[in-house]
Amino acid sequence: MTDAPAISARALRVQFGEREVLHGVDLDIYRGETVVILGGSGSGKSTLLRTMVGLEKPHSGEVRIGGVDLATASEREMDSVRRRIGLAFQGGALIGSLTVGENISLPLLEHTGLNPSTIDVMVRIKLEQVGLSGFEHYMPSQLSGGMKKRAAFARALSMDPEILFFDEPSAGLDPIMAAGIDNLILNLKEAYSMTMVVVTHELASAFLIADRIVVLDRGSIVAVGPAKELRESTHPRVRQFLDRVPDSDSDDEVDHLRLFTEGA
Amino acid sequence: MNPAMRYLVIVGDASEAAFVYTGGLAQLFYRSVLALFASPLKRGRSLERAIHQAKLGGVGAVPIISLIAFFIGVILALQGAYELRTLGAMQLVASLVAISVTRELGPLITAIVVIGRSGSAFAAEIATMRVTEELDALETMALNPVTFLVAPKFLAMALMLPCLVIWADLMGVLGGSFFGVLGANFTFASYMTATRDALVLRDVMTGLVKSIVFGLVITAVGCQEGFSTGPGAEEVGKSTTRAVVISIFVVVVVDLVFTALFYATQGAA
Repeated sequence: MTDAPAISARALRVQFGEREVLHGVDLDIYRGETVVILGGSGSGKSTLLRTMVGLEKPHSGEVRIGGVDLATASEREMDSVRRRIGLAFQGGALIGSLTVGENISLPLLEHTGLNPSTIDVMVRIKLEQVGLSGFEHYMPSQLSGGMKKRAAFARALSMDPEILFFDEPSAGLDPIMAAGIDNLILNLKEAYSMTMVVVTHELASAFLIADRIVVLDRGSIVAVGPAKELRESTHPRVRQFLDRVPDSDSDDEVDHLRLFTEGA
Repeated sequence: MNPAMRYLVIVGDASEAAFVYTGGLAQLFYRSVLALFASPLKRGRSLERAIHQAKLGGVGAVPIISLIAFFIGVILALQGAYELRTLGAMQLVASLVAISVTRELGPLITAIVVIGRSGSAFAAEIATMRVTEELDALETMALNPVTFLVAPKFLAMALMLPCLVIWADLMGVLGGSFFGVLGANFTFASYMTATRDALVLRDVMTGLVKSIVFGLVITAVGCQEGFSTGPGAEEVGKSTTRAVVISIFVVVVVDLVFTALFYATQGAA
């Protein structure tokens, strides 16, 4: 970890129409660390991820990647930021009209002047890293959910990004496949010491891969800390999430009051 | 609000929406043109994609357009002959078919077939990509969806429509000759000579100019409908339907405007 954060969010508010989804989020993510953003459905974790990669514009506040404020960046600046990040989407989001290999080579073809044979080799290396060797000629529709996610990882890795984002990497996978994905992230972490931001609601996987965990609840951060520290947290919402306790009505009211007093 | 005012508001809102929509189409076109003049590396890749699109939307449409244009030629000849026979002017069937096909029906029929095949496909493709986050994926890879998806389509359609129209013109004339030979005492050679004598270059050219604009309109509407789709699979279907209906309407409007312009500049229809 070094001085300047790779990603920093300050008083970040995002709203869709009249509905505010993130209520002033402050977060620093440092180079080389793996941060897991943990939260339930509708907690705003996916919105936070989309805002950090510039797919959603903040309503107020700022997000900076490598010092560039995404809200005010020009198209050109945005492009240079985007070339330094990779995002693996939840459903893969592979381009359906291209083969797996073409999907992975796409950013290389578009952004580098590398010759096709070099790109071919790079595609094969990336596919091998995610355990999909030999699948470059398959169409995305021929792959299973887990394979799509792996192929999406390979594409996110193709430009050797400084920061890698994962949206729900193990959601919807069987436990064996999910463990495989966790392993993959751990391997990447060891091999490249990349900055990684993982959005998930899978507790086991979060504690396994995270250097730090951020718990997001109803659009606000309720806890940030190393995995071990978080496991011992006494914050009621964190405990509830970790102990898998369902919401009760009174809890809801208390939390709403808290949101009004702290979040506003 | 009194009823007259309310109607005024409705008309105003609809006009505004139409202007905004047309503005959106123009912007899509403008951004695509800019993209095509971008870096040589990108231009080369756009060309490759345009050729791919041209094969899909252009070459693939040849059989069906041939068949439809041929039938339209036969129908025109039959309908024309019905009236011309009473005047004893059956020899005019060839010029009737030639002029109506090259000036109007060739381009229009081609446009409608291409709307059905390609315009709807553009909308469905882009709308599906919106729903499956593929458009977001392109953006996070610093690939502009307009450069990547729309610009090649514009290029392909602007080139393919005129080619298809020339082909449709020929097939329409052949359709007319089918009737001419069987039902109007023409030989194939005399029918073709009559056709050649009836046509001036301007007849064909106006059809081609219109068809280029049709190609641009079909692409712009199809892509715009795709981009503006809502979440969920049924929205993809709705966008596709809207793309077809709006494209047909806009093509007819463009046809009207251009035909009026050609009429005004030439003096004769």
